[in-house]
Amino acid sequence: MALLEVTDLTVVFQRRGEAPFTAVDGVSFAVEEGQTVGLVGESGCGKSVTSLAIMGLLPRRGVRVSGSVRFEGAELLTESPRQMRDRRGRDLGMVFQDPLSSLNPVVSIGIQVTEVLERHRGMSRSKAMRVAAELLDQVGIPDPRRRLDEYPHQLSGGMRQRALIAMALACQPRLLIADEPTTALDVTIQAQILALLSQLVRDTGTALIMITHDLGVVAGLCDEVNVLYAGRVVERAARHELFARPRHPYTHGLLSSIPRLDAPRGERLVPIRGAVTDNIPWTQGCAFAPRCPNVLEKCLDVTPEMEEDDGRLLRCHNPVRQEVPA
Amino acid sequence: MVTTRKERVDALARMSTDDREGEAGVSLAVSAWRRLRRNPVFLVGAAIIGTFVVVALLSPWLAPHDPSEWMLADQVSKARNEIPPPQPGHPLGGDQVGRDLLSRLLVGSQQTLMVGVFATVIGLGGGLVLGTLAGAIGGWVDSAVMRLVDVMLSIPSLLAAVSIGALFARPSQFTVILAVAIVQIPIFARLLRGSMLAQRNSDHVLAARALGVRPRAIVFRHMLPNSLGPVIVQATLVLAVAIIDAAALSFLGLGNPDDSVPEWGQMLGNAQTVIDSHPNLAFWPAGCIIAVALGFTLVGESLRDALDPKNRR
Ligand SMILES: Nc1ncnc2c1ncn2[C@@H]1O[C@H](COP(=O)(O)OP(=O)(O)O)[C@@H](O)[C@H]1O
Ligand SMILES: [Mg+2]
Repeated sequence: MALLEVTDLTVVFQRRGEAPFTAVDGVSFAVEEGQTVGLVGESGCGKSVTSLAIMGLLPRRGVRVSGSVRFEGAELLTESPRQMRDRRGRDLGMVFQDPLSSLNPVVSIGIQVTEVLERHRGMSRSKAMRVAAELLDQVGIPDPRRRLDEYPHQLSGGMRQRALIAMALACQPRLLIADEPTTALDVTIQAQILALLSQLVRDTGTALIMITHDLGVVAGLCDEVNVLYAGRVVERAARHELFARPRHPYTHGLLSSIPRLDAPRGERLVPIRGAVTDNIPWTQGCAFAPRCPNVLEKCLDVTPEMEEDDGRLLRCHNPVRQEVPA
Repeated sequence: MVTTRKERVDALARMSTDDREGEAGVSLAVSAWRRLRRNPVFLVGAAIIGTFVVVALLSPWLAPHDPSEWMLADQVSKARNEIPPPQPGHPLGGDQVGRDLLSRLLVGSQQTLMVGVFATVIGLGGGLVLGTLAGAIGGWVDSAVMRLVDVMLSIPSLLAAVSIGALFARPSQFTVILAVAIVQIPIFARLLRGSMLAQRNSDHVLAARALGVRPRAIVFRHMLPNSLGPVIVQATLVLAVAIIDAAALSFLGLGNPDDSVPEWGQMLGNAQTVIDSHPNLAFWPAGCIIAVALGFTLVGESLRDALDPKNRR
């Protein structure tokens, strides 16, 4: 049994007076103990909504969540708010995109780190402060004792994200969800944070769901990668498979649009044409069809199903055949 | 320049949703203080408030005479409409019964400060409770509180304060404070609720919930302290209103009937009967009320402008 099994997860936003909007449309994937799984896709494809649904953090009103999210066999979607509250921070950790706005500006770092320790591990304030200093040390924050008394605005962006990672991992959750944890950071800091995350999940055996719009981020980190488009998984493969031979035209496009160190000199980056909003509904055909270089007539009329193809899952009528020039 | 009441409330509401991005390393308070220090409006207001508070605290020692002693009574004549004029030892002269006017003005500042501060604190407290309930619980509690607030706000504040003040059988300084405070509650409640709602959808509250933090701690540690900015600014502005409203109540005879304890509004009220022949008796307390109210308004307005993220540089 996998640590986390997401089956047919569907999230529909239903605002009064507006047409229902399906942000996540039957997403299924699994995360094994200690494994790192990537969720990749352009902005707006439903990555954050998926992670919030797993965490039980979607608003209760105006949202319909269906499908199944099983964590160690327990169905999370039917758990009470209280049960989910006990799980969050203890079994499930989450790191968000913007480290500055994710910290409470008027509370010191120390109080914010100890809060989760006191909450889930019943520690006294003084014990929690000692543990908090160790945690900050583990995530590579120099002079942790002094940092405990400081406020978020006194830390750099990278330090803030390190503190948030320390908080998410404070109670040794089995699963960590990192939702674009490096998007708001400088490029050099991004690499450090990614290295830290990969070292921490390796050392602690925590499973990680790495959410990003940047395939470059998952390249060095993930065991398996799910590519999302308009709320559905369009391709899933082991990392090396995916990078060596992207089969879905969307994955192929994503890969061609990022710079690669091993690309031949003079090769140009090819952006995917069109915008995320140029969609047709999945119920009519393939949502990616209007932007797809491989589009067939069939793609506009018949919804492609997920199919097993040479050890990977693929949702495409006309996949890419040739190899990416290496 | 912010003008209408609506714009002012909007500006206050923006403070709670401020975008802190783009100014890494400089907290909201620090950058606000930098702007305040250079703002002449703030400096003038702060000087007025500073003087007023110092005078109020030190008035027992500053006053040259006992403010309740009829020491110039021999110069008073009802029949000939005579009131002691300025003279050596009594730079502002005496009042209708021969008490030293300067001493009464100085000591009167105590009552004004007390009324203003207590009325604002009570109003703030009530507003905090109602606003927190509405913003934190939401749903029907929110609707009920907000309807109540709407009803209270639909009555002009001075009229409401006078009506409440008139309800008490035996008026006193305490009933004045209570009447003025009750009128301020809905303003604080609405402001706080607005900023609480903004906080509820903020990233750091989501992050705290992602750590399993309990609802009580979410409200009191993560939402409430971050919602207080606009409320504190409002408190400065309310002080000015409270001082004027309290003076108005005393002026109308709804204050402390015992006039041995001087109070500016009451001095103004007593001066009415002789305002044609001795306008100075009305001029001094009225001028003090206006000056102090102006001081608090200037500070409140400049605080609000400084904390408004739209004005950040
Ligand atoms: N609270 C909400 N109400 C309505 N629509 C939402 C809400 N949150 C997200 N969405 C929509 O769901 C889609 C997926 O959003 P999201 O998961 O945040 O994308 P991303 O992949 O960039 O993280 C977007 O089109 C967004 O507009
Ligand atoms: Mg997102």
